[in-house]
Amino acid sequence: MLELQALDLACVRAGREVFADVEFAVRGGEMLAVTGPNGAGKSSLLRLIAGLLAPARGQVTLHGAAAEYTVGEQAHYVGHLDAFKPSLTVEENLAFWKAVLGGGNEVRGALAAVGLDALAHLPALYLSAGQRRRLSLSRLLVAARPIWLLDEPSSALDAAGVTMLGEVMGAHLAGGGLLLVAEHGRLARAPTRELQLGRATAAARRSRGQA
Amino acid sequence: MTLIALANPSRFHALAARVLPWLAGATFVAFVVAGVAASYAPDDYQQGATVKIMFIHVPAAWLGIFAWVLMSAAALGTLVWRHPLADVAAKAAAPIGAAFTLMCLLTGSLWGRPMWGTYWVWDARLTSVLILFLMYLGVIALWRTIEDPARAARAAAVLTLVGFINIPIIKFSVDWWNTLHQGASVLRLGGSTIHVSMLIPLIAMLVAFTFLFITLHLAAMRNEILRRRLRTMMMLQADAAA
Amino acid sequence: MGPLTALLVRDMRMAVRVGGGALIGVVFFLMVVTLVPFAVGPDLALLARIGPAVLWLGALLANLLGLDRLLTSDYEDGSLDLILMARMPVELAVAAKALAHWLTTGLPLVIAAPLLGILLNLDPKASGAVALTLLAGTPALTFIGLIGAALTVALRRGGLLLAILVLPLNTPVLIFGVAASNTAIVGPMPFGPPFAVLCALSLISMVIGPFAAALALRYGLD
Repeated sequence: MLELQALDLACVRAGREVFADVEFAVRGGEMLAVTGPNGAGKSSLLRLIAGLLAPARGQVTLHGAAAEYTVGEQAHYVGHLDAFKPSLTVEENLAFWKAVLGGGNEVRGALAAVGLDALAHLPALYLSAGQRRRLSLSRLLVAARPIWLLDEPSSALDAAGVTMLGEVMGAHLAGGGLLLVAEHGRLARAPTRELQLGRATAAARRSRGQA
Repeated sequence: MTLIALANPSRFHALAARVLPWLAGATFVAFVVAGVAASYAPDDYQQGATVKIMFIHVPAAWLGIFAWVLMSAAALGTLVWRHPLADVAAKAAAPIGAAFTLMCLLTGSLWGRPMWGTYWVWDARLTSVLILFLMYLGVIALWRTIEDPARAARAAAVLTLVGFINIPIIKFSVDWWNTLHQGASVLRLGGSTIHVSMLIPLIAMLVAFTFLFITLHLAAMRNEILRRRLRTMMMLQADAAA
Repeated sequence: MGPLTALLVRDMRMAVRVGGGALIGVVFFLMVVTLVPFAVGPDLALLARIGPAVLWLGALLANLLGLDRLLTSDYEDGSLDLILMARMPVELAVAAKALAHWLTTGLPLVIAAPLLGILLNLDPKASGAVALTLLAGTPALTFIGLIGAALTVALRRGGLLLAILVLPLNTPVLIFGVAASNTAIVGPMPFGPPFAVLCALSLISMVIGPFAAALALRYGLD
């Protein structure tokens, strides 16, 4: 059974403690919404799970998945940046990520699922902000990884885009994958559970007497 | 290491505060002893009294290299164990090592002038030291440019270790280059081998300078810990107001 | 196509397509070589004597300028994050990027060198020697530069700092590159020994460079 666990997680960036005493468990088919005010560390938490940041304390463990890969190597990460090259076409961009992320699904199919099929031949330079977001999200479909870490995925998406995102997320959950989403505003789907950052950290800090 | 848990460096800070006055005293005594020994050393038959610049030049060279070795050991502490004191030790050592290296260059230049007729002739040893000095400047620049202290420590650690591997390569290359271009007529700094009457004052000076280095390094580490504490306090102040 | 090959091919495609990379380095090389006679005078004998040195310095500086975009463009658009999450060792990934960089920036300099040698009154034998030493030595310059690029990747305008960090480490490569080139002009020293050291330096840097760069990149991107 797929399960992602975090225990006593703390994150320090630029000498400042961003969050501490974070704990959660997410199972396959579940979605965890990470909420909290700006600066609470939502992005940091996702990056930490992705392996892009080292935790100051605690650990992240994954059960029921391939043991030879790290958590990050079994995760998709969609952050604030869209990771595409403007001079390459939409299709070339996605084909590149398919090869790098070890994907097995068709590029055209993934582009169709996010509604960029008609623009496949265009240099990515010409995409609008919403279309760039869709291109980022198409990465999720071109390589199968059980963990999805999405940082404000619906930003720049219109209503149709958010619906599409919800469907994509639903399909992933139905397939047994797990999902962590950090969102400021509306979520594309109802989460299974919620993790509120900011409040936990402030309380912990108060209990330590701001030492 | 969170900004709260500065316990280890605090203990070090207190320990250093106690040890420092003794070290400073020992340094002073060592210099007095070495100075007396140096004044009794005979003049060189060829160079006269200027040969005594060696008593500053050689220890400075030795400490310039030693500081980089120390930084490399600290770099391992940072990369392998992520020990916060390692960061502090490395950062404190860099400017001191650079200063000793510069002192070596200046004294070497002054020492060579009577022999060479000019202040710089790209002598093999001094040129290697010049490159070492440039590498120190690079590490210091890296420390100052990266704002996050933990990231700066990590980057400086990698650079220090790469530099450590490169120092023998650079020395070999510069020596080779020097023999290629100057051939037999090289006027080497230091001339003939060192006579035993010079050796004892030289070792005494070496000891004295090493004490000086340790004293300066400890003091610099204390300053760095204080600096980090100040940074922590300012950040807490900002957080409290938020 | 495996992840490493995909990375290599994409970087090469970008360098050629964006129109930056390859040609700009060669143009800079040309300009540096052109400036030298203005500085030292058009004395052909003098130019021929310092020719190998001028070509090596020009190539070194041209290579240095190109190092800025080795990692920063991927860092700035978030691609580097994803490359770190791919199922390939980071060391190999950065080595692939460095190789692509050398093929598109270093190799053109090697090809341009004999042509620029004409401007410096070098005879074919000397030009050939310079080109050969550049072929053996520019990989070292690129892979050492990779370390500097990794250390300064997250800095805005880290280019100058990159140069400061990399230039002392490039000194041995320069020494042996020029020395080997000069043996073709001056003799009687054989070409072999300095050239062998140059090759050794390149091989060593191709090992140390990726390891040091990977160390600098892991956890170092925030």
